[in-house]
Amino acid sequence: MIYADNAATTRMSDAAYEKMTSLMKDTYGNASSLYSFGQRSKEILEDAREDIANIINADRKEILFTSGGSEADNQAIRSAAVIGKRKGKMHIVSSAFEHHAVLHTLRALKKEGFEVTLVDVHEDGLIRPSEVEEAIRDDTCLVTIMYANNEIGTIQPIEEIGAICKKKDVLFHTDAVQAIGHIPVDVIKDNVDMLSASGHKFNGPKGVGFLYARKGVPLTSLIEGGAQEKGRRAGTENVPAIAAMALALQESVDKMEEANKTIVAKRNRIIEGFSEIEHSAINGDATKRLPGNVNFCFEGIEGESLLLLLDDKGIMASSGSACTSGSLDPSHVLLAIGRVHDVAHGSLRISIDETISDEDVEEIIKSVKEVVEYLRGFSPIWRDLVNGRKEFIL
Amino acid sequence: MALYSEKVMDHFRNPRNVGVIEDANAIGEVGNAKCGDIMKMYLKIEDGIIEDVKFETFGCGSAIASSSMATEMIKGKPVEEAAQLSNKAVAEALDGLPDYKMHCSVLAEEAIKSALEDYNSKKS
Repeated sequence: MIYADNAATTRMSDAAYEKMTSLMKDTYGNASSLYSFGQRSKEILEDAREDIANIINADRKEILFTSGGSEADNQAIRSAAVIGKRKGKMHIVSSAFEHHAVLHTLRALKKEGFEVTLVDVHEDGLIRPSEVEEAIRDDTCLVTIMYANNEIGTIQPIEEIGAICKKKDVLFHTDAVQAIGHIPVDVIKDNVDMLSASGHKFNGPKGVGFLYARKGVPLTSLIEGGAQEKGRRAGTENVPAIAAMALALQESVDKMEEANKTIVAKRNRIIEGFSEIEHSAINGDATKRLPGNVNFCFEGIEGESLLLLLDDKGIMASSGSACTSGSLDPSHVLLAIGRVHDVAHGSLRISIDETISDEDVEEIIKSVKEVVEYLRGFSPIWRDLVNGRKEFIL
Repeated sequence: MALYSEKVMDHFRNPRNVGVIEDANAIGEVGNAKCGDIMKMYLKIEDGIIEDVKFETFGCGSAIASSSMATEMIKGKPVEEAAQLSNKAVAEALDGLPDYKMHCSVLAEEAIKSALEDYNSKKS
């Protein structure tokens, strides 16, 4: 079995797993209880907060624990909207290829009277800071742009966009779910006011994440009920998961530089291998992308069939085809970078980590080549393309 | 819990009647690339009987399986009987399809109907 879907989720690290299970078993006290057994949980919780804050160059008071990236995105955007509305600023700038946790929250806010401008994503999968600057208006209360895209892995010029927002005095949020633990993230250097992260994307547990909110940015609670997280997020804290997440993040950051050398080399080999398939193309800039991300379109085939046949060969990957999303439209990310529907249906995302072997890399290349050729063999589109009845796009 | 039934996976992995009939006297093509599904059916009809049928499909697993199953269900059958084939019958023969994939069986029914229309228009 070759697991090549680390952008979807990662395996928990052994240390994080040990940490989480031992805490669940032995340190189950409620962090809000006053006896020492409960206070022990509180200490672990606050240590985790401190550790995470140090990693991203923040203060511990600026870290709020959530159920994951989606909740953090929702809370960041909702909080900025509340601040904006109070000041009569009801315009938000974002981009077309954000995660749905961002796009659907913006859609909900539109119904509440907010205006949203989505800046273009260029063919290379990158946003232009100058276009963000042009989109900012006097009544803009928030700019929210993802750190790295979850499908095509392109890394956005966050520092520059942050500097523009700072200059214009507009709050800047970034969904860093795919970036954190994989590339260096520093909230001061990157000029961000709010940042979302999710534990299971960096070998931590699922169902836990965090939101960084710079001091002075008041957060609105989405969940009412208790005084946890200083009243900004009610509910008994999931201390074992939070501690395991902090440990996993520390491990990821510690090994990052070394691991990325391996991952980038293997990623580049996969890109090279896939490029040998005729009428295919990489999605997003080939270098300004996450170390482990490969995303390709193969003309004349459909992604779900590709995934199912790769699964038969023991390879687990992902696609932006409509059939994998349960709708008729292919990935909004691929459409945003200008891929036409026909081609966007035939996409494949491979996301690797440093544990993948050279043999596995070659197996992925060989298998994808075989499956693409097989599916093209009975694709009416491919026949039309080869016979010249239709023009190749890629 | 698998996405598809064993039958769907069997027809997807080992599609029956794949390919082209060079001297087909009825061809039907339905769907469009925009939605991610295209089915093309080639029929060889002699004396009102579907002597041979082949298909080409661009689409997901259930689209390929539906095409395959539909060709098996009409092969050797009189044209009138093939014209009666419903998408429900195709889906049932596959031991069911997920709700959002039922349109794949609809495409299979339409592809056959489209080929038969082609046949009838050539005849008249």
